[in-house]
Amino acid sequence: MALAGSLLTLAGSLLLFLGALGVLRMPDVYNRMQAGTKATTLGTILFLTGIGIGRLPEPCIFRVLILILFIILTNPVSSHALARAAHRAGIRLTEGSVKDDLDTHA
Amino acid sequence: MKRLSNTLLLFAILLLVWLALTDFNLADRLLPGAVFSLVVAAIFAPGLDILSEIRPSWRGIGYGLVYPIVFLRELVLANLDVASRVVRPRIPISPGIVKVKTSLRSRLGRIILANSITLTPGTLTVETEGEFFYIHWIDVTSPDIEEASREIVRTFEKYLEVMFG
Amino acid sequence: MADTIYTISAFIALAAVITAGVRLIAGPTVADRVIALDVLTIITVSLIVYIARMSGRIIYVDVAMVYALISFVGVVAFARFLERGL
Repeated sequence: MALAGSLLTLAGSLLLFLGALGVLRMPDVYNRMQAGTKATTLGTILFLTGIGIGRLPEPCIFRVLILILFIILTNPVSSHALARAAHRAGIRLTEGSVKDDLDTHA
Repeated sequence: MKRLSNTLLLFAILLLVWLALTDFNLADRLLPGAVFSLVVAAIFAPGLDILSEIRPSWRGIGYGLVYPIVFLRELVLANLDVASRVVRPRIPISPGIVKVKTSLRSRLGRIILANSITLTPGTLTVETEGEFFYIHWIDVTSPDIEEASREIVRTFEKYLEVMFG
Repeated sequence: MADTIYTISAFIALAAVITAGVRLIAGPTVADRVIALDVLTIITVSLIVYIARMSGRIIYVDVAMVYALISFVGVVAFARFLERGL
C-alpha cells in the first residue's frame, strides 16, 4: 500500500512539474492557462491520493478527499475568471492563432 | 415544497462535509454539526433555487453515477495531451477562440458543462453568453460552430441533459 | 523504498515551484503572473499535505485546506481587479 501510494505521488509530482513547465514555455496567457489548469489539477489529485493512502498516523483520507473535491470544483472556476478578465483587459492571443470569435463579437 | 427540498439537500451536503472533516466521529461531532448545518441551510437555501434544477429521476441518478467516470477519463486524457505537448522541443499548437452552442437550458447544467470543458483536452471556457460558450481551443481543428460544438460539448451534454435538462 | 520515492516526489514538486517562479518573475503581463501564482499555490497545497504526512501532524492538512480556499478567493479577486479595477 505504501509503495502504491508513493508511486501515485511520484506521478502526481511529475504532472505538477509538467504543468509548471507548460506555464513557463507556452506562448501566451490563454495557452499557459491551459497547461496551468489541467496538469496541476490531476497532478494534485494524484499527489494527495498517494499521500492519503500511504502511511499516516491517523486516518485522514476523508479530509484529503474533501481537499481533492474542492480543488476539482474551484480550479476551473478560477482559471475561467482569469481568462475572461484577461480577454476583457485587452490581452490578445499569440501570433499564429487561428481565429478569435470573441474578438469580432465584442 | 421546492424550498424545503433545497434546504434538506443543502443540509445533507453540509453535514456530509462536516462529518468528513471530523473523520466520521459520530459520537462527539454529529449533534453540533447537525445543528449548525441546519441553521446554515435554513439561512442560505432560499438564495440557492439553482439546486431545484436537479431532476430527480432514476435515469438521472444513474447518469450522475456514470458522469464522474466519463469526466475522470477526459481529465486523464487532457493531462496526457498537455504533457505530450509541453515536452516537445517545439510546442505543436494552433490556438484560437471558437464559439459553440449548447442545448442545455438549466443554469446548473451550464455551469457544470463549462467547468467540465475547462478540464478536458485542449479547451478552456473564456466567456459564456446565454447558450453560447466562447472556448479557447489549443488546437483548432474545425472553426465551424456546428462542428466545434459537436467535438467539444457533446461528450458531456448527453449526460447533463438527463440530469438537469 | 516507498519513503525514497516520496522524497523524490517532493523534490520534483520543488523543481515545479522554481519553474513556475520563473514565470512569476518574468511574466510580461499581470495575468501571466497571476497564473503562475495560481499554479504555485496549488503546488504549495500539495507540499503542505506532504509535510503533514512526514511530520505526522494531521492538523497541517487543515492548513492546506484553508490555504486552498484563500488562494481561490485571491485569484478570483485578482481577476475582478484586472477586469475593471477594485
